[in-house]
Amino acid sequence: MKFKHSLTAIVFIIMAGMIPICAMAEEKKEATAVSAPAAATIASETVAPAVVPVAAPAAAPANPAPVFNGADTAWMLISAALVLFMLPGLALFYGGMVRAKNVLSTMMHSFVVMGIVGVQWVVIGYTLSFGDDIGGGFLGKMNKFMLNGITPDTLFQFVATSANAIPEYIFVMFQGMFAIITIALISGAVAERIKFSAYCIFALVWTTLVYDPIAHWVWGPGGWLLGKGALDFAGGTVVHLSSGVSALALLIFLGKRHGFPTERMAPHNLPLTLLGVGILWFGWFGFNAGSAVAANGTAALAFVTTTIAPAAAGLSWMFAEWIHSGKPSALGFGSGVVAGLVGITPAAGLVTPGAAILLGACVGVVCYLAILVKAKLKYDDSLDAFGVHGVGGTFGAIATGVLATVGAKGLIAGEPKQVLTQIIAIVAAGAYAFIVTLIIAFILDKTIGLRVEKEDEIMGLDQTQHSESGYNM
Amino acid sequence: MKLIQAIIKPFKMDEVKDALNEIGIEGITISEVKGFGRQKGHTELYRGAEYVVDFIPKIKMEIAISDEQVTKVVETIQNAAKTGRIGDGKIFIIPLEEAIRIRTGETGSDAI
Repeated sequence: MKFKHSLTAIVFIIMAGMIPICAMAEEKKEATAVSAPAAATIASETVAPAVVPVAAPAAAPANPAPVFNGADTAWMLISAALVLFMLPGLALFYGGMVRAKNVLSTMMHSFVVMGIVGVQWVVIGYTLSFGDDIGGGFLGKMNKFMLNGITPDTLFQFVATSANAIPEYIFVMFQGMFAIITIALISGAVAERIKFSAYCIFALVWTTLVYDPIAHWVWGPGGWLLGKGALDFAGGTVVHLSSGVSALALLIFLGKRHGFPTERMAPHNLPLTLLGVGILWFGWFGFNAGSAVAANGTAALAFVTTTIAPAAAGLSWMFAEWIHSGKPSALGFGSGVVAGLVGITPAAGLVTPGAAILLGACVGVVCYLAILVKAKLKYDDSLDAFGVHGVGGTFGAIATGVLATVGAKGLIAGEPKQVLTQIIAIVAAGAYAFIVTLIIAFILDKTIGLRVEKEDEIMGLDQTQHSESGYNM
Repeated sequence: MKLIQAIIKPFKMDEVKDALNEIGIEGITISEVKGFGRQKGHTELYRGAEYVVDFIPKIKMEIAISDEQVTKVVETIQNAAKTGRIGDGKIFIIPLEEAIRIRTGETGSDAI
């Protein structure tokens, strides 16, 4: 008991110590932020007139023509591959947490979407998200159907005021990997009972009707949440909130696993899960630092925050569990790391390292509390897709509105309205994802059925859905 | 002849085996088993979901011996497998009707 008290004290001291560190870091940042744009203007003023002496001097520096940048291109090629690498990571993370009879089916949920969404994205997904706007920021037009009009020479300028550009093909693929991982995250909620055919159809329809529009709102040209100034650096709202909330909606029609919660449903192989955590973390550097869409200081900042927020979150979950239930579990630390990655995603390039520690430490505890509440409520989110991604994504999106100080202003930088904007984005994206998922789930349930037969569920999905078993010994 | 069946803690297996080797026992069969006695099971906690594990892993050793070896063997197992804490296991002594060495066809004490 004494030990527990001293642990609580240590955690509090660490948390309290972080506040001044954050404040200091922000002051310093502001000082550099002031000097950086000044230097930039000087550079453009001296160079621009020399290159184009006749052209209109006012328009040229504001929106320069895109110029191919090799460094950015190289980094984005790697980043896109890193994001795809998160899928085997997720497959291991989820696969280790189910019972041995469902390991392959659970891993397939992550793998098969590489196929389904991989094709969907090129055919229709990219244009729905990043085509020219229709409907006042609601959806992209069909002008990039089948990547129409994009050639190896097509350049993509991420920041209109910077000339640096990468081939659009790379941007297409980087964003495509995001679409793939998002649907795979949902599979955690439905593991061990969903019918494989229903899952495949759901993946295709959900990505088209839910993911693509929300990606357009937040990131697409003319997207309405982008226009409102909602901050989402690397997909807290688009990826984690939307998948977490949708997981919850899908559960309404899917129901609990047979035997839940009385039967023993312990993870069959936590070493796989921990390996998955490591691979996810590794891949997440592409996810977050790649979201700068450039090999620059913002990417470097995102890299830093993607290291320290999960580190703090792993510790805070571990300590919370240690204090609350007596033992620091390996699954707890791993879950904390993932919660930290989810939490820092919307904020990665927008907050100081100090703020990232604070954010990470909080999101670890918040998600731990969320899964405790789940255990009390007894709804069956098998692998906590909502508890970690829904709750962590929401917390991260709000925290971004509070803590953003780098290149954007949140509450602590004197912009309280940003928190409101974040909440509007959360409610809009969350409500849309929830309602549309509910409709898709209802239709699937009434037509082909979402669940496998009870007998098949008891035998295991590996055998009954795939005619294989994960372990033959 | 007797068949000695000893249920012991898994980490004690090597010690028991070495001790039995020392007193000249030449054949042991082991299996990984699960069960409970007075030690009962334990609880495991995964993300807030608590499971009671009733059956805990043990090692079952089977040794066929002649009648005069019984006291010595039982004593040896007991000494080697003992930790003094609950869950050390049990030794069962079962009468053994016949033993046959497959290769040579020897029977009785010659076969063990």
